[in-house]
Amino acid sequence: MTDVNRNPLIDWALRLYVLACFAFVFAPIAASFVFSFNEDRFPSLPLGGFSTEWYRAVAADPLVWDGLWNTLVAGVAVSLAATVLGFGAAYTDYRYRFFGKTVYLALALIPPTIPVVIMGLAMLAFLSRIGLSGLSWSVILAHIVICAPFAMAIVRLRLSQIDPDLEAAAWNLGASEWQAMAHVILPFARPAILAAFFITMAVSFDEFAIAWFVSGLNETLPVKVLGFLQGQVSPRINVIGTFVFLASMTLVILAQLLLFRRPAPEPNP
Amino acid sequence: MFHYNATNLPLQGAPGSLGRPAKGAAKKPPPRRRRVTLYGLTFSLPLLAWQLLFFLAPLAFLVALSFWTVRNFQMRPDFDLVNWATVYSNPVFWQTYLRTLVLAVGAAALTSLLAFPCAYAIAFKLSEGARRWATFLMVIPFFTSYLVRVYSWQIFLSDHGIINALLGRVGLGPVPMLNNTFGTMVGYLTLAFPLVVLLQLFSLVFVDRRLIEAAHNMGARRLRTILEVVVPSARVGLVIAALFCFILTFGDFVSPLYLGGGNPPTLSIMITDTTKAGQQWPRAAVIALTMIATLLAAAFGAVGYAYKGRAR
Repeated sequence: MTDVNRNPLIDWALRLYVLACFAFVFAPIAASFVFSFNEDRFPSLPLGGFSTEWYRAVAADPLVWDGLWNTLVAGVAVSLAATVLGFGAAYTDYRYRFFGKTVYLALALIPPTIPVVIMGLAMLAFLSRIGLSGLSWSVILAHIVICAPFAMAIVRLRLSQIDPDLEAAAWNLGASEWQAMAHVILPFARPAILAAFFITMAVSFDEFAIAWFVSGLNETLPVKVLGFLQGQVSPRINVIGTFVFLASMTLVILAQLLLFRRPAPEPNP
Repeated sequence: MFHYNATNLPLQGAPGSLGRPAKGAAKKPPPRRRRVTLYGLTFSLPLLAWQLLFFLAPLAFLVALSFWTVRNFQMRPDFDLVNWATVYSNPVFWQTYLRTLVLAVGAAALTSLLAFPCAYAIAFKLSEGARRWATFLMVIPFFTSYLVRVYSWQIFLSDHGIINALLGRVGLGPVPMLNNTFGTMVGYLTLAFPLVVLLQLFSLVFVDRRLIEAAHNMGARRLRTILEVVVPSARVGLVIAALFCFILTFGDFVSPLYLGGGNPPTLSIMITDTTKAGQQWPRAAVIALTMIATLLAAAFGAVGYAYKGRAR
């Protein structure tokens, strides 16, 4: 904190503005939660009575359970594969220099910046051509493409903090490259690997557009939500929304705790 | 293809060797340069193969697809410019293109302006601990279902929604906030605001505070300090943040459709309509490729501007 620019009024106005920004960002999440317990069909103020009727309606809908199952299967498969691929790419970036590395990194990091509509169309056309569209794992193939870059970025962040002498020291002590990987690199990167697993699951869990294009009949939960959106207003979306928010917030919070946990203080001898 | 990163290898010990000069039958140290090992390939190849097969190949196929023809509702491989001609000669396409561009540029400007005071305050007016918390909280919405958040805005913005109910109590309204540009912008902010704040914040925390103090000591007032010291120092991050906002909003179809009403459409809505309606995928491919070209131009332009006059 600097002592310059001290004008308490402006400082407080700025702090209030930050609070207003957070209110804007979290308002839709909070509203979804509040109105999922509202007995009125059309959301408005004042609130109607407390009711769990929409939760019961959602729980009784077999389509929702199918969607949830598809989402879970895809989420686990995608996050496992994306984390493995992303770790490999991050380690490649950390350890090697080679001709064409810029292109390699671009291929590894660019996919999430391509609009999902375009990715969806390209994947649908391509997968139809090679006979893989509309299968239960079409979504998984496509999601790995956009999730692996997140995993790579997270693991890369962690590997950039490793003491580069450590791996070399292991080699000098007689470890093979594989042993150094197993006993030095992997343990050091473990929090980031877990965080990457959670984040990629959250990304896959929330991705709806590509899934909507390529899923055919095996719709994931967000694709169901998209279907609901095109239909009538229904408080059931608030219920699904609350569930989706809780799930992805849990994953993202876990990932952040793993990544930014302060290191335990070193015991002083 | 691979050789060891020399800076990562200060001990210069080759794996498996004991780090001493070879004694008698000791293992020969492997050559350090231009060595492709099974070990290295195990880690680098899977991602490369995956992205070539399921990222680059689909995009390349999109290019091929744009030259295919559609007869009797069947797509056939062909090399015909008819789709490009059809799409590009349609004035509706160009109106839509212009509208999408203006909306995305507007969203990038609006989001940057609204996010800057927030990022500035988090960077300079909060304690270390509060800044950590603010960052922690801003990351969450970025990974939290955008689709459901957009749906949720309808609760606030509809004619009978929360805001109009509150306005009604003081005898105002109802103010139409859905199915217009206002609704679209609220959606775009929902999509991009957290990311823009984070990117701006990351560049602001690296602004040299001594520069700010110096400007103040020389009598610059707050606003002048911000405009002439803080903003130029953080230019790269601010431009990149605006670029990401442009990329996200230019390609988004959810906000313009569900909050903006979808009519008149944006390019992404055109793509979803054309694709889902049937066999006109080649035309959708033309629209998609035009969008990619626009995004590439915007990215190169913005990055060039961000680093202008700077040694990289």
